[in-house]
Amino acid sequence: MSKRVLLIEDEPNIIEAVRFILHRDGWHVDTHSDGTSALDRIHAAVPDVLILDVMLPGKSGFDILRELRAAPQSADLPVLMLTARGQNKDRETAERAGASLYMAKPFSNTDMLEAVRSLAGP
Amino acid sequence: MRATTLTGSRIRERRTILGIKQADLARRAGVSPSYLNLIEHNRRKIAGKLLNDIADALDVEPAILSQGAEAALVAGLREAAGVQESDAELDRIEEFAGRFPGWAKLISETSARIAEYETTVQALSDRLTHDPHLAASLHEMLTMVTAIRSTASILAEPGDISPEWQARFHRNINEDSARLAETSQALVAYLDTLDDASSQATSPQDEADGVLAEHAFHFPSIEAGEEGPDEIGERLGNTLSASARTIFETVLARYAEDAAQLPLEDLEAGVAEFGIDPVALSHHFREAPDRILRRLATLPAKGTRPSMGLAVCDRSGAMIFRKPLDAFPLPRHGAACTLLPLYAALHRPGVMVSELLEQPGQTAPEFVSYAFAAQTGPAPLNRVPLYQSHMLIVPVTAERPPLPLARIGVSCRICPRGGCPGRREPSLLAEERGL
Repeated sequence: MSKRVLLIEDEPNIIEAVRFILHRDGWHVDTHSDGTSALDRIHAAVPDVLILDVMLPGKSGFDILRELRAAPQSADLPVLMLTARGQNKDRETAERAGASLYMAKPFSNTDMLEAVRSLAGP
Repeated sequence: MRATTLTGSRIRERRTILGIKQADLARRAGVSPSYLNLIEHNRRKIAGKLLNDIADALDVEPAILSQGAEAALVAGLREAAGVQESDAELDRIEEFAGRFPGWAKLISETSARIAEYETTVQALSDRLTHDPHLAASLHEMLTMVTAIRSTASILAEPGDISPEWQARFHRNINEDSARLAETSQALVAYLDTLDDASSQATSPQDEADGVLAEHAFHFPSIEAGEEGPDEIGERLGNTLSASARTIFETVLARYAEDAAQLPLEDLEAGVAEFGIDPVALSHHFREAPDRILRRLATLPAKGTRPSMGLAVCDRSGAMIFRKPLDAFPLPRHGAACTLLPLYAALHRPGVMVSELLEQPGQTAPEFVSYAFAAQTGPAPLNRVPLYQSHMLIVPVTAERPPLPLARIGVSCRICPRGGCPGRREPSLLAEERGL
């Protein structure tokens, strides 16, 4: 059975490209584009790996991540955070919020695949 | 380091280098040649006015005469050593400055230049962090680049991709590259005009304001019901950036709604009866005071009725709409004068605040203002609602109404008023005038 990735991102063409490369690698990919309802969506069907963008409509990815870590059912969920700023403070904020991995945009598809595979484990 | 007792020696040395006779220097400094001779042989200490007069005559800073050039170098070296931790031999600074004045000067000046660059970088970094337009543009660009990069990588990889997917990805790249081109062009235009104070538009807000100003903030076709805001937005806003067009169309939508609720003909009749009296007009038409203020601002000048200005700010105090008057400018960047009734109204929502406004340099107030803050959107539970404050600016054309007086400026940086309780930062004009 394919491992499941949930991508929370509001840019449609990024969603399409990431969904394509992950699906081709054997992943089942679900997507969600609204920050306000993201937490409910995550908890409705907890994925094996969560890819979470920082800049989302309604609620930031950092806030979503903090709430995820505070909830027992998602405290250990592997999370790859995506951000459009690669500054150190964003990396530190992601780590403090509980991100498993952090990736700055623009990313390479190879790096994205490697990150998701590493988070999913064997 | 030489002590101040060697001031005389330095005076003689400097005088000799410049080829000035002792008698001439004494005359310029206002002392007798014999007294100057005592000074130059360090048998008389000098300071204050005489030191300054001699320094002036020798075209040199007084400190160079009293403390020596080495003192300035030592101070610079101490500062360089203090900026960051180092193993520099601080107890031998004076020896180093005395033996290697050239190197000491180079180190001191280089350290000062680095400090200056760091300040500039920090300021630029702050701008990137806190300039919302810049941050939004950069985020948009990075997002588009991300999408293009991912999609292009897929297409470039060896292996089969179905024609359907190829077509979709090519379309996506085309769309994203168009958005990227538009965003980067707008960003370049914005960055190019950052230092140009006379720039016509440096942000989407400025772009939209420009189009509105071209039409004097009055749209007869909307008033007559011949065009809707979308049609005008399409007709007049097709040269605007996407962000500016959104702002423009938002303004037009509100304009159309206001015009539908309070038609121009009715408004003109109301003004003819009550004059420019927003409270009376609000009661007469049973319309919200902020709508009355917006409608009054759209009226073109007619007869003795002047054109009126309007400023609208949100709850943060940021101006979201500006209709300035030639004689009453509204700042395009940064915060306006905190004494404006626009901001007082924010703290008294639902209350019409009216004051006479006197600008710097005027001997009497030349404008009347009417400011009103109204809630926008629905009232959220257990949260303070959002407000927008409107301020109508009306030139005084007849007798001044008996209203409180506010002595205002445009913004602190260029306001010459001294002793202002609201001043946030020193004024360029006040510094020049020694205020």
